[in-house]
Amino acid sequence: MQAKPFGLFNWITKEIRFRKLSFVVPLLAIAAAATMLFVSEAYLQIDRLETDQILERIESEGSESIRIEEDRVAKAGEALQDTVRKQMLKLGFNILILPEEADTNELHLNGSVSATMPYSYAERLANSNIVTVNHLLPTITKRIHWPEGNTDIVVIGTRGEIPIMHKALKQPMLDAIGAGEIVIGAGIQSKLDLKKDGTLRMLGRDFVISKIQPERGSIDDVTVWIGLDTAQEMFGMQNLIHAILALECECTGDRITEVRREISQILPGTKVIERYSQALTRAEARKEAQRSAESSLQMLKQEHSILVEREKKQRQQIEDQDLRFRSQWTPVAILLTSCIVGALAFHNVRQRRSEIGLMRAIGMRSGQILVVFLGKAIVIGIAGSILGIVVGVIFLWLRFKTGPQLVELWELFQLPSVQVSMLIIPVLMTILALLASWLAAFDAIRQDAAKVLQYD
Amino acid sequence: MRALWKAWGKFVLLQLNEVDKAYVKGNAGVRALNKVTLGMEAGEFVSIGGPSGSGKTTLLMVAGTLLEPDRGQVTILEQQPYLIDANERALFRARQIGFVFQQFHLIPYFSLLENIRAALTGLPADSLLDQTDPMELLGRFGLLARKDHYPSELSSGERQRCCLARAFMNKPKLLIADEPTGNLDEQNAKIVFEELRRFADSGGAVLLATHDERASDRVDKKYWMESGTLRTKP
Repeated sequence: MQAKPFGLFNWITKEIRFRKLSFVVPLLAIAAAATMLFVSEAYLQIDRLETDQILERIESEGSESIRIEEDRVAKAGEALQDTVRKQMLKLGFNILILPEEADTNELHLNGSVSATMPYSYAERLANSNIVTVNHLLPTITKRIHWPEGNTDIVVIGTRGEIPIMHKALKQPMLDAIGAGEIVIGAGIQSKLDLKKDGTLRMLGRDFVISKIQPERGSIDDVTVWIGLDTAQEMFGMQNLIHAILALECECTGDRITEVRREISQILPGTKVIERYSQALTRAEARKEAQRSAESSLQMLKQEHSILVEREKKQRQQIEDQDLRFRSQWTPVAILLTSCIVGALAFHNVRQRRSEIGLMRAIGMRSGQILVVFLGKAIVIGIAGSILGIVVGVIFLWLRFKTGPQLVELWELFQLPSVQVSMLIIPVLMTILALLASWLAAFDAIRQDAAKVLQYD
Repeated sequence: MRALWKAWGKFVLLQLNEVDKAYVKGNAGVRALNKVTLGMEAGEFVSIGGPSGSGKTTLLMVAGTLLEPDRGQVTILEQQPYLIDANERALFRARQIGFVFQQFHLIPYFSLLENIRAALTGLPADSLLDQTDPMELLGRFGLLARKDHYPSELSSGERQRCCLARAFMNKPKLLIADEPTGNLDEQNAKIVFEELRRFADSGGAVLLATHDERASDRVDKKYWMESGTLRTKP
């Protein structure tokens, strides 16, 4: 009859079940090493994932701050450009031509001077070949008490712009104010609740409000503008003016000297005062603001890059620490595990001397005896490493469950390196168990069966 | 049957010629076999007596192809097992030689049935065709009810019967028995001797090392061994 074969697997599995301790102890050693290898790899990958997330967050936050700051710089630039444009368009870089005897202190205190000069000065200037001035505005400026409004105001009489004859006609910067019309500042309007096209009485004369100036935060808010003729008549200053405002002077830098020289030749007995407009001051402030914003942006960028570098360095240190731990402890774990597995394999061979003798007696070849012993090592390696990985997974699960984490457990297990380590570790551990048991297995096949069977 | 074999012819199953074997322990050498010559024919049941340490077991191990002699020639079934490589010798042993030991050498984690079937491990698959049915062997040795028991659960007699069944499993031609009744009572010793006799009668050869005088009336030839020298016992 055909007998059922008796496989080597029986020798391996039944012996494992019989000598549980000689299986469990090396299995636990392999499991511990596998857990250490797996968890150390997982920790390294967790650190790398966290590093990526932290840097991504820092990059994102930094980019947002930089974007906001860049917007601020852009807005500051736009505001500056707008202000300069307005300044160039409306006010220019102003100079004030005053009678030589005019008290500039009075001008600063009252916004006006008492000294006068003939209106013809303005015409003379307009008819001259002056090249440094683009717009001319003869004015009367007087600070008065307005009895009807019961307040002090500044009255400016202006006839509008006098075209400079030798220059091409330009868009006038200030329109002439019609007879009987008045332009008022925002402060006066709000104080007296006046409306455009409404009327007001000033020094016994009635005016129609043709325009209300927007609030400027300056003396303009308590100023009214009327026609030059009307002003000359009201203040008894026929053919006289207080000053000529020259606008949009081409007098930046050293050219102010040239302007003074040119005007003094045309209008002897006058003096020229350089006046910064508020718009220019604001422009400068805005330029400063832009500079500050740009500097702040630069600093922000620097801080951001420093922060990124610092974080990278810190994260690198953590990764290095993990790598150091792994490189220091992996050989220890492998050596220790090899010693335990190897020692127990030798012990197992000693325990099984009688079995080995019998194996020889029933005709088992050396290869078969090797398979019996190394097969057990393979089972220990595979089972131990699987147990180790399961323990490692539970350990990681607990770690993720109990503490705040930047990454999720599933993210970790999606990483190819972690997946590969789950496959590689059982292979490595099995090879380790095989190598550690190799000498013992060879010792088994070198047992002298005759001696064993005789004395054991 | 015995008469049939004797009538059929004398074919030499085991032949040892001038076999020497010495053990070295420290500086001293012990000569376990000293120019031992022994011939056994098929159907022959031979016993070897002698004091402990006289070389009986060494002779059995040499005859059982487990211990290579220092000198001399060993021929079993016209083959010289020590001239072939170890793996072939193992296969030869698995096919042709059965062993019974005083210490049983049963595998503790195999049941009785598995211990008997374990003898098949050394055989290649194509050699399994003509093996004995292990259940038949269990029945023959009165162990059927114990087939799932482990050696530790058996009496000495049952264990030795199990060893006999294991030895017969591969239908060997030569049976080596080393003090098989040393740990047995009268009844079990009788069973063992009867089974060995039956094996020889069926065409096998039994080489028995024993002190047991109860074997005397069952063996064909008796030898005496002393200090490694074999001589015929009158």
